[in-house]
Amino acid sequence: MSEPLADVTGIKAPVYLKYRFTAGSAPARFLCRLKEGVLTGQRCPRCSNVYIPPRGSCPACGVPTEDEVVLSDKGTIQSFTIVSIPIPGNPIQPPYVVANIVPDGANISFIHLLSECVNEEVHIGQRVQALWKPAEEWGHAMDNIRYFRPLDEPDVPVARIGKLPVTGLEG
Amino acid sequence: MAERAAVVGIGQTRYKTRRNDVSIAGLLREAVDRALEDADVSFADIDAVIIGKAPDMFEGVIMPESYLVDALGAMGKPMLRVHTAGSVGGSTAIVAASHVQSGTFKRVLTVTFEKQSESNAMWALSTPQPFSVHLNAGAGGYFAPIIREYIRRSGAPDDVGIKVAVKDRRHGARNPLAHLQLPDITEQEVRDSMMLWDPLRFLEACPSSDGACAMVIAAEDSITGSKPPAWIRGVAMRSEPTMYAGREEVNPQAGRDCAADVYAQAGITNPRKDLDCAEIYVPFSWYEPMWLENLGFAAEGEGWKLTVEGATSLDAGGDIPWNCSGGVLSSNPIGASGMIRFAEAARQVRGDAGAHQVEGARLAMGHAYGGGAQFFAMWIVGADKG
Amino acid sequence: MREIAVVAYSQSPCVADAGATNEVELIMPQLQAVYSQLGLASAQDVDFVCSGSCDYLQGAAFAFVAGVDALGAVPPIKESHVEMDAAWALYEAILKIRMGHADSALIYGFGKSSPGELPIVLSQRLDPYYLAPLWLDTVSLAALQARLLLDQGLVSESDMAAVVARSRRNAMGNPLAQLAGEFSIEDLLAEEHFVAPLRRADCCPVSDGAAAMVIATVEQARAWGAPYARITGIDQRIENHNPCLRDLTDSVSTRQAAAAAGVHRGPVDVAEIYAPFSHQEILLTRALGLDDSTLVNPGGGVLAGNLMMASGLSRVGEVFRRIVDGKAGRGVAHATSGPCLQHNLVAVLEGA
Repeated sequence: MSEPLADVTGIKAPVYLKYRFTAGSAPARFLCRLKEGVLTGQRCPRCSNVYIPPRGSCPACGVPTEDEVVLSDKGTIQSFTIVSIPIPGNPIQPPYVVANIVPDGANISFIHLLSECVNEEVHIGQRVQALWKPAEEWGHAMDNIRYFRPLDEPDVPVARIGKLPVTGLEG
Repeated sequence: MAERAAVVGIGQTRYKTRRNDVSIAGLLREAVDRALEDADVSFADIDAVIIGKAPDMFEGVIMPESYLVDALGAMGKPMLRVHTAGSVGGSTAIVAASHVQSGTFKRVLTVTFEKQSESNAMWALSTPQPFSVHLNAGAGGYFAPIIREYIRRSGAPDDVGIKVAVKDRRHGARNPLAHLQLPDITEQEVRDSMMLWDPLRFLEACPSSDGACAMVIAAEDSITGSKPPAWIRGVAMRSEPTMYAGREEVNPQAGRDCAADVYAQAGITNPRKDLDCAEIYVPFSWYEPMWLENLGFAAEGEGWKLTVEGATSLDAGGDIPWNCSGGVLSSNPIGASGMIRFAEAARQVRGDAGAHQVEGARLAMGHAYGGGAQFFAMWIVGADKG
Repeated sequence: MREIAVVAYSQSPCVADAGATNEVELIMPQLQAVYSQLGLASAQDVDFVCSGSCDYLQGAAFAFVAGVDALGAVPPIKESHVEMDAAWALYEAILKIRMGHADSALIYGFGKSSPGELPIVLSQRLDPYYLAPLWLDTVSLAALQARLLLDQGLVSESDMAAVVARSRRNAMGNPLAQLAGEFSIEDLLAEEHFVAPLRRADCCPVSDGAAAMVIATVEQARAWGAPYARITGIDQRIENHNPCLRDLTDSVSTRQAAAAAGVHRGPVDVAEIYAPFSHQEILLTRALGLDDSTLVNPGGGVLAGNLMMASGLSRVGEVFRRIVDGKAGRGVAHATSGPCLQHNLVAVLEGA
């Protein structure tokens, strides 16, 4: 008499698929400029808004974008949150701030880390500036900027966020 | 021009973190068998099958409608698989209804599901995207800044989210199918739970669940079953881009337009008064006050007052109970969550919502959203044909 | 029931590798092309948008969301998506128009298969418990099917080579095709087997690209003043999943869909058949009940270029083109999805 077999209740079937990602023409140009330490955006020919990262089109108008605009690495916090979950492979310790930052000259924000700040003092409208990694560590990625840190400049009123020219001055 | 259609059968699985006792097909069959029984029909009476679910990476099965045909009795029938990110449960119901409302079919089976314990949904949602900064922010990391902006604009007190978290779990405790069964949850417990993405705490966020939800939708001349049908009185979908310059993220235009469309179809002019209850997609507590405003139940900046007053609480006898089933905060199989909202609204107007029934409910709303709060699907169901 | 017609169509060239092009950059030129065929400015000028794509081709969940950025969805639009070939997005759009919630619709499909190894990626479409762990790629499955046809004397290797030769020759007249040229049956049979009994040429290439189409009620088509082809029948059916449960030498669901779509209510001048493998073109031609009076795949078919997730839609588009160009009065378009022709869609188009 054989032993009754235990039911199989699951199998592990690992899936390994390799992909060779390509960035798309507009993102590729953006990443090449990033490797040179420059933030760029693209202006929509129809609504004139400047998008970063550029994707080759204006999502609102549905038209191709080609005009490259060089942007400042100074920006304004449009929104943020304080995160308590660590990021694998990143030395930053929770709780840390993740913010949507509008670089001067752009009309849209991108998400990035904030550091060298008091989390409780971070606020919308706050001026920040990028801290870049050493140039020899630059690759084709937004993490050439290690994080943004507070800048000693007056806050931008909420209604003006995303409407600053590249100089960051009155616009 | 649209043919009348009604929900005549509903089936759901018990929602749990891991349904180790069933395969993916088994999970769906549980919901499907219940829906067919509820409608008093068999597979032979079904003309077409419409499936929906969120990204295939959540289970690691590509285009699963292929594999699921046999389990769903769909051999020799038309089949469609909808995928509209988080709103998919709702949009699948709408696409399924269109099979009948277009006059093409008399009776269809629709099912949505997620067995996200099979893969790793959190990984699939936050896996490093090539060429982007890896912030592991996740869905909460995306929505938390928007919630902060709502709080800033409305001046809402900081415990509104906590109140929603408690209310929805207490509702969920009336629903034996709900994943989270927390009948004794208190505001203090929620406040003490770990802050994840400020201001969202652990207990203010939805769980990750396995589960499936199925419905049978039939034409007016093909109604079956002993329970009253839930007549589909309005259906609408809207999409907008994830990000664009000047996008209003707190009160998305797509949500407002979608609601206006579905209200017009159902003859609703004052949602708070005209509807008896609503099942609204609230995966993070603060989205209740935000959606109360987005959907016109409250004026801009005032949504939180309805929550605080208890207007949306079945337990407090509120006039417009929201998420009596426990909502997404109590159960969240991502691909099914939208359809659960739509199905629970239908249960209410059929008088079939058991311990979470709103007395005398005759008109209810189901709502789902997905992506960066950019895809919206809504429906209105009623006890009357309209 | 409302009469619905195809009023515009465009497709990108089939290329093996679209290189540094993201979803938006693939889709937009095709959208711009169909807009300009009708004098439209953007997706705001149609009532509904539905697309077809597959995340796994790109290797990222939510890949289709990026496609919405190509539409100009401000103000918000009515939009939906199927994780299937865009021929099924067409089906969904037809239902929307029939129920009166739209008078026109934009449909598009796109796929960038080049980043991954498509046949291997698609092995994960199979039953996750019994078949996917075997990593059965699509070519091997098709080869099994070909073996059955050969062993039962339903097809010969020479017949298969003839299909390829005709495809390559026809593709010479199609600027969008990827593979074209003059090949003799002897040349083709002299090639080594790839996954026996299939040779490389018996298998469609993998192509990156996108296709877009606009459909509308006949009233709207006339209002736009665009030449159109009426969709007089459309149906789709699915079969059992496990290849062991089906007769792989026939396509029952294609027969069912063809009957329901009314293929034989009239002459079939042209048929665009989505046959990714040469033996399948023979099998499907028979399942559709076509004879020599029908011109099959005059542009080279999918053997000449395979826009994954858009190849089905592009069959409909090709038939539309031939009809409005006056080269055909009535045509059949076929789309397939799933392992070994598991799921099939058949559409019948006729002149105005």
